[in-house]
Amino acid sequence: MSLIAITEVRKRFGDNEVLKGINLDVAAGEVIAIIGKSGSGKSTLLRCINGLETIDEGTILVAGAQLAPDELHLRALRLKVGMIFQSFNLFPHLTAGRNVMLSPMVVKKVPAKEAQAEAQARLEQVGLGHKFDAYPDELSGGQQQRVAIARALAMKPLALLCDEITSALDPELVNEVLQVVGKLAAEGMTLLMVTHEMRFAREVCDRVVFMHQGRVHEIGPPEEVFGAPKTLELQQFLGIA
Amino acid sequence: MAYSLDFGALAEYAPIFAKGVAVTSELTLVGGVLGVGLGILCAWVRTDGPKALRPIVSLYVEVIRNTPFLIQLFFIFFGLPSIGVSLTEMQAAILAMVVNLGAYAAEIIRAGIEATPRGQFEAGASLAMTRLQIFRNVVLVPALQRIWPALSSQIIIVMFGSAVCSQIAVEDITFAANFIQSRNFRAFEAYIVATVLYLILALILRQIMRSLGTIIFPRRRVVR
Ligand SMILES: Nc1ncnc2c1ncn2[C@@H]1O[C@H](COP(=O)(O)OP(=O)(O)OP(=O)(O)O)[C@@H](O)[C@H]1O
Ligand SMILES: [Mg+2]
Repeated sequence: MSLIAITEVRKRFGDNEVLKGINLDVAAGEVIAIIGKSGSGKSTLLRCINGLETIDEGTILVAGAQLAPDELHLRALRLKVGMIFQSFNLFPHLTAGRNVMLSPMVVKKVPAKEAQAEAQARLEQVGLGHKFDAYPDELSGGQQQRVAIARALAMKPLALLCDEITSALDPELVNEVLQVVGKLAAEGMTLLMVTHEMRFAREVCDRVVFMHQGRVHEIGPPEEVFGAPKTLELQQFLGIA
Repeated sequence: MAYSLDFGALAEYAPIFAKGVAVTSELTLVGGVLGVGLGILCAWVRTDGPKALRPIVSLYVEVIRNTPFLIQLFFIFFGLPSIGVSLTEMQAAILAMVVNLGAYAAEIIRAGIEATPRGQFEAGASLAMTRLQIFRNVVLVPALQRIWPALSSQIIIVMFGSAVCSQIAVEDITFAANFIQSRNFRAFEAYIVATVLYLILALILRQIMRSLGTIIFPRRRVVR
């Protein structure tokens, strides 16, 4: 059974239908890259999976549980899928360690000591064990994004949604974040990532989804999607038409 | 006409001024703490709290911000007894200050909350926090930090406003000055002393708020 099952999902903003019937099944441990032009609905899809946007039609099942728009169900869903944002969104008034500790303590009522040990471990996992007491404004963008990853991991999600997590970074900082993501992928984390890093997608991902005008236009293993794009739109997007 | 200042004539009234300073300080301290608390609560209701309460809170905030403090004080001290609630002068004064500061603080704090980037709410939500948990743990402290200088000024304004409480015989600094000048007719000296006392209290209060700020907000800037 797939970990995330997306069936005929439609999403409208007013008259603007942004998702026009999306179907996508993600198996546990699968790493999926979502590519596509600006405005094709990539972010909206991820935000729907995390319940940051409600869907108008269709179903999204995560680990068998259906996404429903009430707060209780939404929070149950968000315990299963973590999200990393383009703009990091660290809490500026808390240290890196406290950023990671906050949600386990507040949501799962984990005792402070335990949460602290967990936060230390998660920060070490992203190579920032020594930055526990640093505030976000004392960290580089790459470091902030890695703290954001540690923060999501501390909730022990079944899957991680990443929305262009390297797009706000200076080029020299992109790799340190991609390395962390690559390591997660290798360790079996289920990943759904919107990315413009084509080389990374080719190396790390099991499947690539090309979105076009609110639909999954083409999907397949990276060799096929990048090596032998079938549709004109994908060829144009990849700049080989 | 030459007027020669004679502060010596005030010496025997020093204890009355001392009492005045104590009373004004108490009004400001208790009124400030409870008023800011009420302001946070109202700001929460207006931005993220139960929708059913919003009209009530809005009405409260608008009524208080559009009527004179003196009338609010008289309403509480002279008006409430007719519905069976009678308060001492001091209780009435503190209640009036809390109610007054609560409304102004609510508006100031609301501005701080509304300046919260959407990403902060989304980060909290994606970590499975409830709305209330997000407000308490993610939104509130940076929001207060944004408006701390404005809030500090408002508390000082309310301290000056407390001078009006002398009208219901609360023995604050203004009451002391009024009392003394009516005894020895040294109005000029009495009010100079009162002015200086208020000035000193205001400077101390500003320093307290500043120190409090560095404790609550360890980072100088709120990034994004
Ligand atoms: N909250 C919103 N309200 C109204 N329209 C929205 C909203 N969010 C997204 N849209 C619209 O939905 C469409 C798809 O947006 P989305 O952010 O999903 O695209 P994207 O593929 O992530 O693009 P990009 O590569 O630029 O991030 C766009 O036309 C956008 O204007
Ligand atoms: Mg996007």
